[in-house]
Amino acid sequence: MAELADRVGEVIEAGTTDFVAQCYELYESPSLGSLVKTVDAPVELYGIVYNATTASLEPGRRPIARGRDEASEEGIYQSSPQLAKLLRSEFGALVVGHRQGDRLYHYLPPKPARIHGFVYLCSPEEVKEFSQSFDFLNMLISAHLPVSVEELVSACLRQMSRVYEDRHAFLVAAGKELAVLLSGNLNQLKAILGRIKE
Amino acid sequence: MTEENTERLGIVVSGSLNKGVEVRLDSSASVEDIAVGRYVTIEGEKRRFFGMITDVSLGVIDQKLTLTPPDVSDPFMAEVLAGTSTYGTLHVLPMLTIGGDVSSLIEGPQPVKTVPSHFSVVNLASQRDVELVFGSEDEKRFYIGTPLDMETRICLDLQELVKRSNGVFGKTGTGKTFLTRILLIGMLQKSAAVNLIFDMQSEYGWAGTSEGGRSVKALKQLFPSKVAVCTLDEENARRRKVSTDFVVRIGYDEIEPGDMVLLRQTLNLTELAVEAVYQLSRKFGRDWVQRTLDLKDVEELPEGLNIHESTLSNLQRGLTTIGRLPFLVPHSPDNPVKRILEYIDRGMNVVLEFGRYKDVTAYILVANLLTRRIYAQYQERMEKAMGEDAARPTPLVITIEEAHRFLNPGVASQTIFGDIAREMRKYNVTLLVIDQRPSGIDDEVMSQLGTKITCLLDNEKDIDSVLAGVSGRSELKSVLSRLESRQQALIFGHAVPMPVVVRTREYGSAESYKAFASVDESEVKKQAEKDIEELWE
Repeated sequence: MAELADRVGEVIEAGTTDFVAQCYELYESPSLGSLVKTVDAPVELYGIVYNATTASLEPGRRPIARGRDEASEEGIYQSSPQLAKLLRSEFGALVVGHRQGDRLYHYLPPKPARIHGFVYLCSPEEVKEFSQSFDFLNMLISAHLPVSVEELVSACLRQMSRVYEDRHAFLVAAGKELAVLLSGNLNQLKAILGRIKE
Repeated sequence: MTEENTERLGIVVSGSLNKGVEVRLDSSASVEDIAVGRYVTIEGEKRRFFGMITDVSLGVIDQKLTLTPPDVSDPFMAEVLAGTSTYGTLHVLPMLTIGGDVSSLIEGPQPVKTVPSHFSVVNLASQRDVELVFGSEDEKRFYIGTPLDMETRICLDLQELVKRSNGVFGKTGTGKTFLTRILLIGMLQKSAAVNLIFDMQSEYGWAGTSEGGRSVKALKQLFPSKVAVCTLDEENARRRKVSTDFVVRIGYDEIEPGDMVLLRQTLNLTELAVEAVYQLSRKFGRDWVQRTLDLKDVEELPEGLNIHESTLSNLQRGLTTIGRLPFLVPHSPDNPVKRILEYIDRGMNVVLEFGRYKDVTAYILVANLLTRRIYAQYQERMEKAMGEDAARPTPLVITIEEAHRFLNPGVASQTIFGDIAREMRKYNVTLLVIDQRPSGIDDEVMSQLGTKITCLLDNEKDIDSVLAGVSGRSELKSVLSRLESRQQALIFGHAVPMPVVVRTREYGSAESYKAFASVDESEVKKQAEKDIEELWE
């Protein structure tokens, strides 16, 4: 079971293909492209963070500028401590696989995540295990998301490559997989490769 | 390269039995490491295939890549695209199948009758695979060279080789003579056959020269007890300090009308003059040459001979040209055919050196004359052997150079060489044909050659004539025209299970002589042991 320290949020909206989680701390959402998971026993769902937002709790009430008389940005939060409670940070994760028992599947789980399920950041070991297969890349490429596919795929691969000693080999292998997947779309391939090279 | 560590090249993606299969290279294998002519094994589902790479090409997954090439100066980009968006393909011609069912285990590699299934893995052939196909050196197999980029020894089954007539082809300076010398040594060591070599340039008997002008040892120096050297030119042999076993003299009375037919072109005889030869020899008998030369004009012709004056003078001029050859004498005191046959019967190889008489007239005349008579003797003995169950004569291989002069379509049907090539081994006589213009040789004769060994050829007609009737011809053509100009040869036909490109073994250095001789020594030892055993029985 994941450590408490790796807990980054709680599911507040869930669908078959993605879920949205709220962070416990303002601005503490995981980086774009990170691998996260949530548990719906006995299934563990894996997702890749594709989007993060920070906005007012109430949709109709937008924050107003408060810093005219403050010396620093930090000062704003200090003089208005309620701000941290009126704002919230959320992130969206695209479901890219799940684990049931000992096996890892790189396709959608039978059911979506549970609301209020805890969301954890995956450990380097888990990232390594998950990225043994590049099947998830196809799901990333074919998803319709607010963020561009090139950005998401490259961010994800950069994140994952950090857990490898031989980053170059990992990126080349991923690049080759992409070259096959994007054989009909050379420009997209070039854009992604340009973003992941070291 | 060891057996365990076979190099994976790629997978089969398409193909046909006729045209060979396409292999897509793995991204880890670079096209630049692949050479045409190398061997691969294909791991099919039920059997292994053994084949040869005949072409290498480049492919792209999307034509756009060729129009807007990616920035390959970036190593990451280049590495990712290699083998995925851009890839190499090999064209492989499967030749043999190895293993699989019981019969193939017993009979060894079999010719292919099908192609491997889709996505079969293709590996570079290992040393063991090559050995399995070509066999390793033993009593009948002779190490002739190594395949390209490998250390394995390719061995020729010489006992099979000498059962048919064979050909060695190649442009001048591609190593035909060296290759032939190696082959002759092989036959001398590993086959039951003896050789009669018509040695136009005096290169096989005592010593030859390499292209660089270095002198190399030839047969007699390496195997003095197994080779006899005879010469037409005693003086030349003495000057070159060659110890000859005997000197060949040929009498006028040994020249037969058939010999003149061959010489028609070189002596510039007319058709009628050749016709006249037959009439004259019928009338005059064995002495026809001398008596024709003695004729002063047509008036002196005997009754019943109707020969025009110009024809007679044309013929006389031709005969005078022959008569000027110093080794021709009115009556030969010795019978060269008998002497040669004596050596052959003792299992010795005979090299006939031509010395200074390098012109074609002498060569054609002597080679044809001697061969015809030796062949006649063989025919007689063979027939006797069949009838009376007597011992068959020792198999004989006759080596001729400039073969297109004897075997061109115009004369092939008339010369003894044409007969030998066609009738093959019926009478235990076969040919080793050495030539630089195979297109000049009669198609029928070419088609009868069992094994062809060819160095680089670059004339389209020559290549076509050498490869006529071989399966996978167009593929072999690309291999043949890309041979290096020295020390490389393509061997195909009866004595090898599949066409093979070899880098011929070293010849001319002290070690190479030792390597040739060492086999001989071991044989001597074996013989000695056998003798001792017999002694105590």
